[in-house]
Parts: sequence; structure tokens; C-alpha cells
Amino acid sequence: MKEQLQKDFDNSIKNLSLSQKDIEIKKFCLENFIDKGFPNRKEEDWKFSDLNQIIKNNIGELSFYNDQTSTNKVDTSVFVDGLEHNKIVFVNGRIEKIDFEYEKKDQIEIIDQSETINEFKNSNSLSDLNNAFTNKCFKILVKKGYQLAKPLIIYHTTNSKIWSKNINLRLNFELDKDSLLRLIDLFNDTSEKNFLNIFYNFQLKENAVLKNYKVDKFENKNIKYSFNNIDQDKNSISETFILSSGSNFFKNEINCNLNGVYASAFVNGVFSLNNHKHHEIRSIVNHLTENTKSYQLIKSVLDDSSKAVYQGKIFVNSDAQKTDGYQLSRAILLNKESEFNAKPELEIYADDVKCSHGSASGSLNEDSIFYLMSRGLSYQQSRELLINGFLLDVVEKITDSEIKNLIKNMIGIKE
Amino acid sequence: MDNRQKEINNLKDYKYGFSTDIENIQAPKGLNEDVIKFISNIKKEPAWMLEFRLKAFERFKVLKEPDWQKPKFPKIDYQDLYYYSAPKSMKDKPKSLDELDPKLLETYKKLGIPLQEQARLNGIAVDAVFDSVSVATTFKDELTKQGIIFCPISEAIQNHPELVKKYLGSVIPTSDHFFATLNSAVFTDGSFVYIPEGVRCPMELSTYFRINASNTGQFERTLIIADKGSYVSYLEGCTAPMRDENQLHAANVELIALDDAEIKYSTVQNWYPGDKDGKGGIYNFVTKRGLCKGKNSKISWTQVETGSAITWKYPSCILKGDNSVGEFYSIAITNNHQKADTGTKMIHLGKNTKSKIISKGISAGSSDMTYRGLVDISSKAKNSTNYTQCDSLLMGSKCGAHTVPYIKNKNSESNIAHEATTSKISEEQLHYCQQRGLNPEEAVGLIVNGFCKEVLQQLPMEFAVEAQKLVGISLEGSVG
Repeated sequence: MKEQLQKDFDNSIKNLSLSQKDIEIKKFCLENFIDKGFPNRKEEDWKFSDLNQIIKNNIGELSFYNDQTSTNKVDTSVFVDGLEHNKIVFVNGRIEKIDFEYEKKDQIEIIDQSETINEFKNSNSLSDLNNAFTNKCFKILVKKGYQLAKPLIIYHTTNSKIWSKNINLRLNFELDKDSLLRLIDLFNDTSEKNFLNIFYNFQLKENAVLKNYKVDKFENKNIKYSFNNIDQDKNSISETFILSSGSNFFKNEINCNLNGVYASAFVNGVFSLNNHKHHEIRSIVNHLTENTKSYQLIKSVLDDSSKAVYQGKIFVNSDAQKTDGYQLSRAILLNKESEFNAKPELEIYADDVKCSHGSASGSLNEDSIFYLMSRGLSYQQSRELLINGFLLDVVEKITDSEIKNLIKNMIGIKE
Repeated sequence: MDNRQKEINNLKDYKYGFSTDIENIQAPKGLNEDVIKFISNIKKEPAWMLEFRLKAFERFKVLKEPDWQKPKFPKIDYQDLYYYSAPKSMKDKPKSLDELDPKLLETYKKLGIPLQEQARLNGIAVDAVFDSVSVATTFKDELTKQGIIFCPISEAIQNHPELVKKYLGSVIPTSDHFFATLNSAVFTDGSFVYIPEGVRCPMELSTYFRINASNTGQFERTLIIADKGSYVSYLEGCTAPMRDENQLHAANVELIALDDAEIKYSTVQNWYPGDKDGKGGIYNFVTKRGLCKGKNSKISWTQVETGSAITWKYPSCILKGDNSVGEFYSIAITNNHQKADTGTKMIHLGKNTKSKIISKGISAGSSDMTYRGLVDISSKAKNSTNYTQCDSLLMGSKCGAHTVPYIKNKNSESNIAHEATTSKISEEQLHYCQQRGLNPEEAVGLIVNGFCKEVLQQLPMEFAVEAQKLVGISLEGSVG
């Protein structure tokens, strides 16, 4: 892999107009990655999902060089109907379209930040890989007091013309005081056996509100990793919803730093898996100052030999008195081959806090099925009804009614 | 009030902190094959035992000290320890208690453990382990009548080699982790219990561990075998003198329950926790593992952990037999600079297996408490259930309480439920108690005892009283 990395790296730098210093930084990141390799089971955070092994088994050898000089055709059929929205379209890892047609142009700024690199706490060798190979990185700045009228949908699409096996993406967002952004990530892949490595960085200023919905619904054979870093100031709110279903492997990491008082973070997730899929959500909420709040709810329905992993951590710093943290994960295993692993963690250094977590996994409740069947439903109907209700609980947590309906339609949950 | 105050003052300091001035035989300092041969030789062990030790030592040489645990500690120099220390008077084993060194008897008297059988302790048979050797076992005759074997493990190696050979290392093999392997190589003494088929042990069996000599590691090994349909309740208590340096205690405990057998293992751990500034104290790195080998067997661990500078242990149950049951009840209290990383592992292999985990952690002062546990239901363990509850109570703004559960469910017909909460004693609760005339310290004591009740109930009577007192003592001075 090392020669391939080196070769592809040299190729990709050639096409970029970077300063010598930036190249040095990228080189340094590459060397870091070569040194560490893909995360594997020996690392505590990857205990349940050995990415190194997964890539080996699903893809084999990776290639990294992406020709960014030619444009890709945007397939408009993937666009969401019936919801007016702004768009950012990635095709095969290249930004093809940025369109804020419904917004005031002077309130949103798009800044080229390709020269900066990721430096996150709690991150891993994949951030080095991302730093070494990302070509273009934009920062989207929502100005003070501006609330986007329509949601922004980021389309992550791949097609058969894809160059490399590995795609690295990066976006930065800054939400200034009193601003609001509703953001949907929609994954739509027609290529097979690629590894997507996505890093988002959000900065929420005072009173800012971020609502991020990640929807991985469509069946595909890709492997994805997504890392969201969210820094929150006073009074800000972040809401993250994850629908994890379509890809062969998907690991979503959410790292929330509640830096300002009265900041709150919500992380909700649904796993709906079948076949051999293996998905993971890892959320870390760092309560760093007093009077902050977090709430996490993860539900999974697992069929066939699928496997879901939830690693959630609530960290409470010694200054963070009056913290309120809650975390619940529940799983239904439908098949004897399916597997659910959880590691709900509390790390608490302050005494005046209210923190709790719960985790439960098991089969569908036979009594409930019996109840429904005795009222005339078939076994299949009862089963579906129960599963629907189980997942609806999380979807109902979505605070935006427009998007809630969109997602309900997408996953076919009826009320 | 005066009396109570006096009592508190007495208890505030670690009351078992005295050391006994007694002549010792020690192995040469350090760890090498010669020391292992020395230990094996002095215990007049058969060749297979020495082989067992050397095999473990070979393995130990390639292992690295683990570092994933939460409480970090300065590197231990394993060559700077004595691996064997015994009172000189024990060299030729005394035939009866009358021949026992009076100083030893006095020590145990001070600890509240009467070794003379006439001073009956409510009919509990005691095996007392002093540094590296077992000094006395009481009530032997009565137990022998029923066919129960209760003796130091060094004696069992001589007298019951077939049992020891069969079961020793069957739950904790010589190829286990760092400290367990170290123990396999250098263990000196400990208790051996065998309950024959169908026998219900008529009294509580108990071992009392005491570290006396300085610079000594204590490595005891306990092996309990409950044959088909038998029952035994076993207690363990420990203390050590106050010393400035940290001392290592790395014990292995193996339990084996055959068909329909039940083992109840209770621990009240009160090793010297170090002084108020965190100086000295015992490093308690213990491996405890129980194997529910037969059908319908049951193993239950109950522990009250109040002592030690660092506690690092996970009493586990391997539920291999169908319908077997594993239970774990724990109270861990840390104060001042103590650190504890404790919990359990429940490994479900057989069908219809059940496990229950109740863990209560209390941290005060500048201490750190971690619950770390594993529940693993394998794909063959149909219809198994687990229930876990771990609650933490924080007292003071400098302490930490952490929960790190690992939950693995590979069977769709099995259920796992896990709950955890962390909180402090609420103002309302305190106010309510104080309104009714309790002072703040009594109020906290009452609330904490209520918090721990679920676990304290599991302890045998005599222990429950002691543990309840211990809970109160450990938290002295943490209120305010």
C-alpha cells in the first residue's frame, strides 16, 4: 500500500497549486498515515469495527489519486423532489455545484480554505489520510443573525467514472451569532467498493442552531467513514440525526464540544440493517462548562447477519457542574446471526450532575405480537407495526417538521 | 456523644495499620527461575508443580504490563520485590494451634480473627494467610467428617494432587494476562476448598489475608471446587500494615461449580489505602474467575471494596453449563487519593444462562472510581438474559466516577438490559434527614447505606455488619 500511497500522493500534488509549506504539511500527514495505517481492532475506539480488516475483505487494495481537472456530469435525477432546497453536489469526491438559490447572497460566504488542515482531538489516522489527499476545502460561513430559509442538501454521489478507490472530503461550517442552518447529507452511490472518508467541522457561535441529518438509505457496496466535529458556544444548539442503513460499512463519529454555558447537543440515530452490513455510531459529548445538556437516543433493528455498534461517551469536566446528560440505546435482533455491541460510557469529574445511560437489546416482544395477532393482524403485519413504532420514536425526535416528513417518506414509516 | 467521637477518632485512622515484629524467612530479592525453584523447594512441591510455575514464568517473560486501565501507577520494579516471606516459626509446620507462635496468634486476635476454636466465631472456619504462608486453619475435624477439604493450597498439592492437578489453571490458565501469569509462577499459598458431591457445607469458610513484611508482594492462589449438587459460602478478608511504599498484591482465585452446585464468594477488602495524601497503600491487582461448568450451577460474587491505593479487579463468571447463573454484587468506595477500576465479566456460553450485575460506586475526596464490565452473549447462548445496574455517587467536586460497560449480544433470543446513573446526594434528601434530627454526617451515612443496601443484603450476616460499619468509616471526613 505504501508505494501506491506515495505514487498517488505525488500525482495529486502535481495538479494542485500549493505553496511549498502546504506541500510539506501534506507530506507530513501522509507520513503519519503510512506510519499508523488504517485503524484496527487493537485501537480501543475501533475494537468492534476493524476498519483495516473490513477494507481488506471488501475492497482489497486501495488507490488514492483522483483526477480533479475534468468535471463530472451531475445527475439531476438524484435531487429530492417536493422540498425546495439549496444544494452542494459532490460527484466522485469533486465539488460540482454549490447553489444557494433560495438565500440572500450577501449573508452566506464561501471561503476557499484548502490550505488549512484538520487538527481534531479524538481523531485518528483517517484525519491524516484526509489531510494528505483532500484537494479543495471550502468553508461555508453563515453570517450573524441570518437564518437560512431553506435547508441545504449535500449530495454525496459516486458513479462508475470514479478514478480512485478512496475519496476524501472536507467541509467547514461557521455559524455566526443567532444563525440557523438545516443541513441534510444524502448519500447516493452507484459505484462499488469505494472508501469514502468525510470530515466536517462545525463552529457554532452564540445562539446558533445547527440541524444535521445524515441519510444513508440507498443500498450500496461502499465503505464510509464520517467524522463531525462540533464546537458550540453559549446557548447554541446542535441536533444530529443519523439514518444508517444503505452502505456495506458506515461509521459515523460525532464529537461535540460544549464550550459555552447553556449549550445543548442532541444525537439521535437509527440503524436499520440487513445482509452482512456492519454499521457503527460513535458519539462523544464533552461537557466542558456548567449548565450544558446532551441527549442521545440510538435504536437499531438488525436482520440477517448484520452487526451494529454503538459507542457513546458522556464526558463531564470538573468545571461542568449542573450537567444534564442522557443516553439510551436499544436494539432488536431479528435473526440469530445478527449482533449488537454497545459501549455506553460515562466519564465524570463533577459532582453536581445528572447523568444516566441505558442500553437494552433483545428480540421482538412475543407478547406484543400475540396482542396484535389476537386483534386480527397477521404475524408479518404485527412485526412490521412493532418495528415501525420502535423506529418512529427516534424519527419523531427530529425538530424540523418538513424534514421529518421527508425522512419518514424515505424510510417508508407510516404513522 | 463523647464515646461516639472517641470511636470515630479511633476508626478514622486505619485501625489495622500496625505491623507485627516477627522473624521472617525470605526468598532472595528479585524474580528469576532460581527464586521460583526456591519457592517450589521450600514448599516441597512435586515436579509437575514446578513445571507449572516455570511454564508460567516463560510466558511472563514475554508479556508486557498492561496499560489500558484508568488508574495509572508508577512502574513496578519486579526485581525489587521479595516473592516469598514466611514467619520463621512456620518452617517446621506446627502440629496444632498450641504450637503456633504466640505473636501470630496475637496479631490475628488484634484483627478480630480468633484462631482458637474455643473462641468460636459463630461457627466460621478460618484459614489465615500471613504474608506468603497459611498459618492456621480452624475447624478441620468437623469439616473432614463431611468429606470437605479445606486447607492451605500448599497442603492440597501434597495431599490431594489429583484434584489440584485437574483443576488448577483450568479457569485461569498459565497463559493468561500479565498479573495472573505472574501469580501462576510465584504463588505462595492460599486456600483450597473441595466440597464433595451432594454436601452442603455446614459453616461459612473464610480466609483472612494479611501482608506484614515490607517490600513483599503477596501472591496467593485460591481454588474452590464445588462438586455436583454441593453448596459453599466462602468469605475473604484482608488487611495490611501502614507503610509508605506501595505493596503489590496479585492474587488468583479460581472457582469451579459442577452440575447443580452453588458457590457464593464474598470479599471484604480493606487493604491499607495509603494516607490522606495518597502515599503508600496496596496495589490490589487480583484475577478472580469462576466457571459454571455444570448444568444449573451458580456462582455469586459479592464484594465490598474499601481499601487499597489502587484496586484493579474484575471477578468474572463463565457461564458454560446450560441454565447456569452468574451474579455480581459490588460496593466500591474510594476516598482521598484511592483509585479503583473494578467490575465484572459475564460470558454466556450455555443455553438459558442468566446473569445479574449490581454495582454501586461511591467516590469522595480526590479519588477516582471506574466501573468496567463486559457482558458477552455468544451465538449459542439461546434464551439468556442479563440485567446490569451500576450507580455511582459522587461526594465532593474533585472526585471522578466513570462507567465503561462493554455489551455484546450475538443471540436474537437473548435479552440484555443495562442501566447506569451518576448523581450526588441531593440537597432535599439531606434536608429531610436533618429536619428529623440527624447531623449531616449521620444523614450521609444513612443515605449511603440505603444506596448500598441491595449489595449489603447479599453478604452473610457477620460480614454485613462489618461491611456496613466499614462503609461508614471509609467515608469519614468526606462530608462538609
